[in-house]
Amino acid sequence: MATGEPLLEVTDLVKHFPIKEGLLIDREVDQVRAVDGVSFSVARGQTLGLVGESGSGKSTVCRAMLQLLKPTAGSVRFEGEEIAGLSRRRLRPLRREMQMIFQDPYASLNPRKRVGQIVGDPLKLQGVASGGQLRTQVQELLERVGLSSEHYDRYPHEFSGGQRQRIGIARAVALKPKLVVADEPVSALDVSIQAQIINLLDDLQDELGLTYVFVAHDIGVVRHISDRVAVMHEGKIVEQGSADQVCEHPTDAYTKKLLAAVPIPDPRESRARRQGAASPS
Amino acid sequence: MSPQALLSVKDLRVGFATEGGLLQAVGGVSFDLAAGEVLAIVGESGSGKSVTAQTILGLTRSPNARIEGSVRLRDAELLDAGEDELRKVRGERIGMVFQDPMTSFNPVYRVGAQIVEAIRAHRHDVSSQAANDRAVELLDSVGIPDAERRVDDYPHEFSGGMRQRAMIAMALSLEPEVLIADEPTTALDVTIQAQILRLLEGLNRERNLATILITHDLGVVAEVADRVMVMYAGRVVEEGTLDEIFYDPQHPYTWGLLGSLTRLDRPRPARLPQISGAPPSLLAPPTGCAFRPRCPHEFGKCAELPALEARLADAPSHCDRCWLSPERKREKRQVAGQIGLEAPA
Repeated sequence: MATGEPLLEVTDLVKHFPIKEGLLIDREVDQVRAVDGVSFSVARGQTLGLVGESGSGKSTVCRAMLQLLKPTAGSVRFEGEEIAGLSRRRLRPLRREMQMIFQDPYASLNPRKRVGQIVGDPLKLQGVASGGQLRTQVQELLERVGLSSEHYDRYPHEFSGGQRQRIGIARAVALKPKLVVADEPVSALDVSIQAQIINLLDDLQDELGLTYVFVAHDIGVVRHISDRVAVMHEGKIVEQGSADQVCEHPTDAYTKKLLAAVPIPDPRESRARRQGAASPS
Repeated sequence: MSPQALLSVKDLRVGFATEGGLLQAVGGVSFDLAAGEVLAIVGESGSGKSVTAQTILGLTRSPNARIEGSVRLRDAELLDAGEDELRKVRGERIGMVFQDPMTSFNPVYRVGAQIVEAIRAHRHDVSSQAANDRAVELLDSVGIPDAERRVDDYPHEFSGGMRQRAMIAMALSLEPEVLIADEPTTALDVTIQAQILRLLEGLNRERNLATILITHDLGVVAEVADRVMVMYAGRVVEEGTLDEIFYDPQHPYTWGLLGSLTRLDRPRPARLPQISGAPPSLLAPPTGCAFRPRCPHEFGKCAELPALEARLADAPSHCDRCWLSPERKREKRQVAGQIGLEAPA
């Protein structure tokens, strides 16, 4: 781990959802242990990749960490300050430091708002810019993420999936946050567009000194972008370490299973692997 | 590969009249599929891969569709077949599996009942008891545990992987000769994807099933395909055997696709090679090679559309649409020791 105090430190984070039953009175009969004691920390300027299959709890970790969901237990320290359980009002000034990029570029942009408003709203709400200055700033942002300043007055439906994800990224970095949580930001995109978006995220990190928590089910993508990787399974982190260490020398059985299931885009390797699997040595 | 083509598609063109003009979704696709063969069609959204597959089954017919060319299943022409005739082809001779296992089943009927319905719609002489037994047998054969009990489950009681297995069971219920699988594993987790791919491979081998696998994932292709067709903007830009496409790719778009993969089997590059720009609008595609605006190797001749033809003396079945000479291609596709489109910016 890098030196200095970590930007984000999550300790024993727990998020349980109640399962209720009953007609008149809801009795809690059981709980879904979506996140069951998760700890990790992220150093400034680094990327933590959170990888796991659907239902492993990775999205719930993000939401509970950002206090979009109230954690059942555990601590989340941001720049050394405890933020778990803070009131909405106390969280408000912190929101500009922590932003999120979502998976579905079709659902995460308000279809009735123009692009300029979508990207400019965070700046306006946090009182950073207004009027003509706001417009200039938003247009600069649009250009920075690979769109054009003329896109300011357009609506989301006029854009492709990749362009929409760029709009979502512009919105997330508008306030120059310290932490950006990206939840499956490329999984809805075509391969050739995926690489563009990953490279854009890489550039923005260098330029703005961003710290990322990058969530994905694709371990290849996670390995590429992350400094450290944490593998989640059934609400727990089963293994974490440097990206190369986890992907090349996994120690946990589940991590091994996950890695072995990733198809290799190399027919000879893939044939060799299948023969190896068919005849246990 | 047997010389006898089971399914033969010739110069298939599919356009849709829209308010913005004619959208040419498929601009002349030809291929032959033999029994027991797995053909992968690779491409991005809008490349025409799904429209090609759906047109084979007559699923794109609509008042605004312009469909030309020929699709022959053995001796029968499917493009001008009537609805009654097509109904006998669908399911019975060509089975289809769709991408989204969450929406392909009707949520208000039991899984088994939907398979029984598919069987009885085609085989009127099969009793519902016999069809139900067959449904259990099919679910069991695709690896649904405790099939006898699960046959009476509703779709929501199945996980995504189980639903896709059940979908495959349904597609196989009438023992078709051809299976079209459109992104069958895209919505699934990798561990489940691996199981479904093994299942498809096994079926292909045991039943000699001819399979068209539509996917955007070259890793999936490497695992199961015999032959690969790469599509871009409605046309096939390259076609060849699995090894030809992966080890001697001829079209710059294929280089770009191979180069932009995040691979676990290689050290990670500092930057991911990318294909810049975006696919063209099919309403106003560029003249000549459609990949031209995104290609760093573009030159004068590219304004003219290259034919899809064999350009290598020693590989007659390896075809591509690129004007560069094979020598130039071998030289240009080398990016930092790997195959790629261009060095990352």
